[in-house]
Amino acid sequence: MSLITFTESGFYCEKADLYIDPWKPVKRALITHAHADHSRSGMNHYMAHLHSIPVMKHRLGDIDVQGVEYGETICVNGVNITFYPAGHVPGSAQIKLEHKSESWVIMGDYKLGSDGVSTPFEPVKCSHLVTESTFGLPIYNWEPQDEVMNTINKWWAENAASGVTSVMLGYAFGKAQRILANLDPSLGEIFVHGAIYHTNNALSEVGYKFPKTEYVTNETDKKRFRGAIILAPPSALGSTWIRKFKPFKVATASGWMALRGARRRRNVDKGFVLSDHADWTELNKAVTDSGAENIFVTHGYSNVFASWLKNKGLNAEVVKTAFEGELSEIGESTTAEPE
Amino acid sequence: MKKFARLISALDSTTKTNAKLEALVNYLDEGSDRDKIWCVALLTGKRPKRPVKTALLRTWAAEEANLPLWLFEESYYIVGDLAETVALILPPSGQNDSKSLHERMMQLKSLHQKDEKEVRHEITRAWKEMSKVERFVFNKLITGGFRIGVSQKLMVRALSKHTGIEEAKLSHRLMGNWVPAETHFSELILESSSTENLSRPYPFYLAYPLESDPEELGSPEKWQIEFKWDGIRGQVIKRDGKVYIWSRGEELVTDRFPELVEMGQTLDRDAVLDGEIIAYKDGAPLTFNHLQTRIGRKRITKKILENSPVKLIAYDLLEYEGSDIRQEPMEKRRIFLEQLINSNPHDALILSECIKEKSWSGVAKIRGKSRSLMAEGLMLKRKSSEYKVGRKRGDWWKWKVDPMAIDAVLIYAMRGHGRRANLYSDYTFAVWDKGELIPFAKAYSGLTDKEIKEVDRFVKQNILEKFGPVRSVEPHLVFEIGFEGIAPSTRHKSGIALRFPRMLRWRKDKSPQEANTLEHLQSMLDVYQDGN
Ligand SMILES: [Zn+2]
Ligand SMILES: [Zn+2]
Repeated sequence: MSLITFTESGFYCEKADLYIDPWKPVKRALITHAHADHSRSGMNHYMAHLHSIPVMKHRLGDIDVQGVEYGETICVNGVNITFYPAGHVPGSAQIKLEHKSESWVIMGDYKLGSDGVSTPFEPVKCSHLVTESTFGLPIYNWEPQDEVMNTINKWWAENAASGVTSVMLGYAFGKAQRILANLDPSLGEIFVHGAIYHTNNALSEVGYKFPKTEYVTNETDKKRFRGAIILAPPSALGSTWIRKFKPFKVATASGWMALRGARRRRNVDKGFVLSDHADWTELNKAVTDSGAENIFVTHGYSNVFASWLKNKGLNAEVVKTAFEGELSEIGESTTAEPE
Repeated sequence: MKKFARLISALDSTTKTNAKLEALVNYLDEGSDRDKIWCVALLTGKRPKRPVKTALLRTWAAEEANLPLWLFEESYYIVGDLAETVALILPPSGQNDSKSLHERMMQLKSLHQKDEKEVRHEITRAWKEMSKVERFVFNKLITGGFRIGVSQKLMVRALSKHTGIEEAKLSHRLMGNWVPAETHFSELILESSSTENLSRPYPFYLAYPLESDPEELGSPEKWQIEFKWDGIRGQVIKRDGKVYIWSRGEELVTDRFPELVEMGQTLDRDAVLDGEIIAYKDGAPLTFNHLQTRIGRKRITKKILENSPVKLIAYDLLEYEGSDIRQEPMEKRRIFLEQLINSNPHDALILSECIKEKSWSGVAKIRGKSRSLMAEGLMLKRKSSEYKVGRKRGDWWKWKVDPMAIDAVLIYAMRGHGRRANLYSDYTFAVWDKGELIPFAKAYSGLTDKEIKEVDRFVKQNILEKFGPVRSVEPHLVFEIGFEGIAPSTRHKSGIALRFPRMLRWRKDKSPQEANTLEHLQSMLDVYQDGN
């Protein structure tokens, strides 16, 4: 019997009787990170990194959750459980479960580069690795964050110079904070949508600090929007809320923006390629660095990535899950194949 | 090519005409004459012959990236565009191209004389000298098809802003058979050259579909009303005794239509005729399929000439005895046209008939007969109108008959390309035949982006089987499919081929059982084929 099995409710460790990122209500859940598709409601008891807790509580209400530090090991019925940084969003973790000679790492979502907000990724050795593959195709290769942020700041400056408001769309937890932390505050005022404002507040409870922002309310003087940048979740596009910034230019930041088709389909003025998921090179590096002999590929271009790994002589297989990758960020389905 | 790549990105990242115009003008203002002529040529669809097979590009790109070909193909399948896939898959170079657009185009041209090994060396070296965007543009220069929404009209506007020359003059200068590698910007664009290029056609004046009730157009007597024929819009030019034939796609098609050349040669004076080139036999038009046999191939055999002879149904005269008469009113041009045709009777030249009715209801009745006469409807041209350039509202309207339509069930779906590469947007439709659904048409246009997304979601959740890129889906969605023509076909299981099928609307109110039958299609075939 393998230490981890793939069940209808999610990844299950029978020996410790707990699930990792389950998608159906269970007794005990380990949570890799606070995104909605990995941290769902209805579990009796949660265990997550300390920094995930405020956002989880903000989203899921008053849950029973135990906080864990990175590197801290908890033993449940002989299974050693350790959280390691995954670099995806604040509090995101790869979860390692060890019993005797068998060691599993469930990576959740991850990226290798440092984003200036989340604790940077650390490679973890194991015999069994569960990896995502949201961008598991060789066409996805990210530019360094500094370059992307330079172009974002330049875009803001150009808009400001022509008296236009810049509306920047990004997922309210993770992407928004990453952009915020790397904006150049000397360019103008920074406003945020309520969803981001509340997430920032939750994160500040555990010590995260961001440049000064202001929550957009109905009372905010509209003149102040001219030349300012507004951070908003993708759902703001096409809403009545966004109209108050007229005249404005709107951009979105997502890994999907790497493709011309997606850029054009998304009804925005500009698409920046910025993702909190590993690109092709990172996925390959992460798999190699883990030293794992058995690779389980989840959400994304899982069939292609698993075939590629097999091609390289690794023991790889696809595991079907209910995770969504970066889909929710752009609010439309872009998966390779319907699962 | 750095600047040209920047132009393409700018054009690509906006749907606003003014922003596109500004980007074009900027490029023209800064560019060298040599680059400018290429820019004009490439963006108006003048593309040199493909110097490399795309299959080779795939192989080379995969090998340069150290990836197996199947992985390249998987990526291509997701991206939906070969030029882009190659650009994305190659390892980053950290370089910007230092060669100009002109230099790159000449390089591509020179490849025709080289062997595969040399070509590979040149292409892969070029990739290493370029950024991602430049590579994409470079690959597009090889594979063709930018599709970035620059119309001929927009190019002309940009050139006009750049040079200060009137748009009408410029669009005339841009027409014709010029070859960018051998053309100087100043000669083509800046110098007036109507005398030096005898073959040059006039830009066509195009009609808009009638949007309102014809009653609002005033008395029908103010209008020249003619049938709208289902052929190819063309100009027959006779200047200095020489004859040239142009199609609306701005193609010189003289050698495809020997009958019309012969007709032109017998004209006793110089003239430029505007009309419909149409397959015509035994006193009646033939279907468009016949005409297609005349355009589709280079060599016109005797048999094709016999089966599908063509004629020109002339409806306008643009130049008469050496002078441009486009500014004259329609009715005056018509008098000249009648004069010309009456004194030059020829079997391949038909004067377009004017429909004279006192009331619009009378006109509508005649319009109702269009289909049985093999016409698409009517053309309404204001008698006082001059001959304008391009598609303009107000003086010329096309009043087509409603398309034929049938309710059909979506049974197969495929991903689209380019803009719709991750969406199932290309569909195959079927009608019922003895309890079975028989596919009869493919269509990918007619739905809004929102509807496509909705269908896409349905497809993804209702896949039955996969055949390569094709997915068969639960036969559940019903669409009204419109089409312009119907013909028998032995190549299709249904025995029927449609012309210009498209989705008119999504019949959410209909269940798949309520879709039409093959019998229904066959009865349409019987009705509309009787013109033959
Ligand atoms: Zn996530
Ligand atoms: Zn995920």
